[in-house]
Amino acid sequence: MTDIEVTNLGKRFGATEALRDVSFSLSGNKICGLLGRNGAGKTTLLSILAGYKRPSTGAVLIDGEPVFEHAAGMARTCLVRGAGDATVPTRSVRDVIDLAGRLRAGWDDEYAGELLESFEVPRDKKVKALSQGKRSALGITIGLASRAPVTIFDESYLGLDAPSRYTFYDALLADVLAHPRTVIISTHLIEEVATLFEDVLILDDGRLLLHEDADTLREAGAAVSGDAELVDSFTPGLRVLGEKTLGRAKSATVYGPLDDERRARARAAGLDLDPIALQDLFVHLTSGGSR
Amino acid sequence: MVFDDRSPIYRQIAERIENEVLSGALAGDEQVMSTNKYAAFHRINPATVNKAFQQLVDDGILYKRRGIGMFVSPKARETLRARRRKTFFADVVEPMVARAKAIGIELPELVARINELGEE
Repeated sequence: MTDIEVTNLGKRFGATEALRDVSFSLSGNKICGLLGRNGAGKTTLLSILAGYKRPSTGAVLIDGEPVFEHAAGMARTCLVRGAGDATVPTRSVRDVIDLAGRLRAGWDDEYAGELLESFEVPRDKKVKALSQGKRSALGITIGLASRAPVTIFDESYLGLDAPSRYTFYDALLADVLAHPRTVIISTHLIEEVATLFEDVLILDDGRLLLHEDADTLREAGAAVSGDAELVDSFTPGLRVLGEKTLGRAKSATVYGPLDDERRARARAAGLDLDPIALQDLFVHLTSGGSR
Repeated sequence: MVFDDRSPIYRQIAERIENEVLSGALAGDEQVMSTNKYAAFHRINPATVNKAFQQLVDDGILYKRRGIGMFVSPKARETLRARRRKTFFADVVEPMVARAKAIGIELPELVARINELGEE
C-alpha cells in the first residue's frame, strides 16, 4: 500500500503562483478524483507528484521518499497526460509500448495488448499519425498496464468517444480490483466518473479547497428553498454557497452537515430541502473566482 | 446511470438491496452478488460498495459466510418491514394529509377512499 504525503506545496512560475500551500495525504489504495477549473493548478500538482517538476516550496513524499530527481520515488508513479503527450510522437505505437515495458517494473505486456485491441489502436502507426482519441487510448493503455503503485490520469479522456470512455472506466475498475493501487484522475467530466471516486480533491486558484470522502460530499450540500424570509432565518450557521431569489421565493445552496434537528426544523417551517449533485456543488464551490 | 450523484452512493446501494428483499426478488438465505462484481457491474468504487454491504450486515439484513460470500438473512424481510412500518406514517401519510388539506379534500373523503382501496 502506497502513502502519498504532500506538505505545504507551492509552485511559482515567474510572477504566477500556480500552487499555494497545498497539503494532503492519500493512502489505502484509493481512487481519487482531482477536480478544479481550468488554470486551478491540477496539471502542475500532478506533474510535481510524478516528479516531472520541482516544487518551489514544500515537499512530496511517496512512501517516505522524495520524488523529484529520485529514481525510486519516480518509479512508483506513472502519469498519463491528456492525449498521451508524454509518449514519443515520431515512434510507432509498438515502440512506445516496448519502451514503457522496459521502464516499468510491474508492466503487463499481455494486458497492454488486450487494451490496445479493445481501444482499436493500430500498433504499426506512428503516434503522431493517431487521432487525439487513439492517442488518449494509448496513454490509458500505458497507465493501466504499468501497474504503477501510483497511477495518474490527467484528463486522459480527451478526444475519446463515450463508448471508449466507458471502456476505460470499466478497465480501470477491473484492474484496480485485481491489482489494488492508488489512482488519481483529473477530469472535467464529473458526472460521468464520480461514482468511481472514493476521495475527492478540489483545487481552486492554486489552493486546495477541500479533500473529502466522495459520499460525505454528496451528503454535505443541499438546496433550501421556500419563502425568502424563512430561508434567511434557516441559513445562519451554514455556509451559503449561492442564492437565487424570485419574488418572495428563495433558494439557497448550503454546504455543511445538516443534522436531523436542522432537517426537522426545515420540515416544520415548510421549507424544501433538496440534495444537490456533486457537479453542482463543485460549480458553487469554485465559481467565486473571476476567471 | 442507475445511481444518481445527489445522495451518498452507499446509501443508494443499501436501499436498492433492501427493496429487492422487500419485493421478494431476493429471498432469505439467497446469496447476493459479491462486492467486487457489484462494483464492476454498476461502475462504482469498490470501497463504496463494501461500505453499503457492511451496513447491511450491521443491520442484520445480510450475513457473511467466510470464504463463500454474503447471503440474505432469513429474517431480513421481516426486519425491513418492521423498520419501514415505523416511518410509513411520517414519510407517506402525514405529507398526504397535508397535501389533501392544502387542496381542500376533507378528511372523511380521504378516509372513505382509503377504505374503498382496502376492499378492492
